[in-house]
Amino acid sequence: MRSDKHDGSVAAKGTGLARNVPTSVSRETSVPIESDLDIVTARQVGRALAERVGFEAGELTLIATAISELARNIVLYAKRGEVVVKVLENGTRRGIEVVSSDEGPGIPNVTHAMQDGYSTSGGLGLGLPGVKRLMDEFEISSVVGHGTVVKVAKWRA
Amino acid sequence: MEVPILKQGDYLIASIQSALSDSDLVQLRDALVEKVGRFRSRGVIVDVTVLDVMDSFSTRILRDLAHMIRLRGARTVIVGVQPEVAFTMVQLGLRLEGIATALDLEEGLAYLDETGEKES
Repeated sequence: MRSDKHDGSVAAKGTGLARNVPTSVSRETSVPIESDLDIVTARQVGRALAERVGFEAGELTLIATAISELARNIVLYAKRGEVVVKVLENGTRRGIEVVSSDEGPGIPNVTHAMQDGYSTSGGLGLGLPGVKRLMDEFEISSVVGHGTVVKVAKWRA
Repeated sequence: MEVPILKQGDYLIASIQSALSDSDLVQLRDALVEKVGRFRSRGVIVDVTVLDVMDSFSTRILRDLAHMIRLRGARTVIVGVQPEVAFTMVQLGLRLEGIATALDLEEGLAYLDETGEKES
């Protein structure tokens, strides 16, 4: 099976990936998103943090994939932004929160964007509804001309 | 990081070694489409065993890759989709419809041998 040690080794070989990968992941990490390389970094950072929280392999993949979709939306629509991953604690429950934010053009019709099959960039149109299905909590706020913030969370089963 | 493409007989084998950026994947697609002509290959295997994430972008590029290779007269098999990755793809509604898949490299080669015999 796959190992999870790709975190450091990939970054070392990459073309500039290393700059964003912290050597030890703290309880909250921010990853600036400016290019497709940062998408890889964001999901690796998120995956590493989720692993520390104790998520299982299947859940780690769900979380990493959700981060990938959110970070890609930033690159595609807003050019730059950031993804912040954070450990959540609620009594004995632990989880992970991912907030992607940008100051891009914003989404004119959020309701529309949350429908399967809707996309303005010729993509599959599955981005946001798909991310919502992967996670336990999903919030979006978007202001045209100001940007978009998507906040998602997943709790350990 | 560039994906090594090995030539084995009539086939090309692209064995992904680590997480790939979007541009790495696009580069792989273009390289395979070109090499199929250069080596007059009959089949292509893309081994995605190490990929821990297959999102909407990578799924689309793999699908495009398979269709482009088909248009070039060869067949493509995607091998090694991990169970968690398959689960997540289904949750996301991502499909590889019409694309041949196999459990691993061995099964992928067997598939190409079989379908090649049928066609010839």
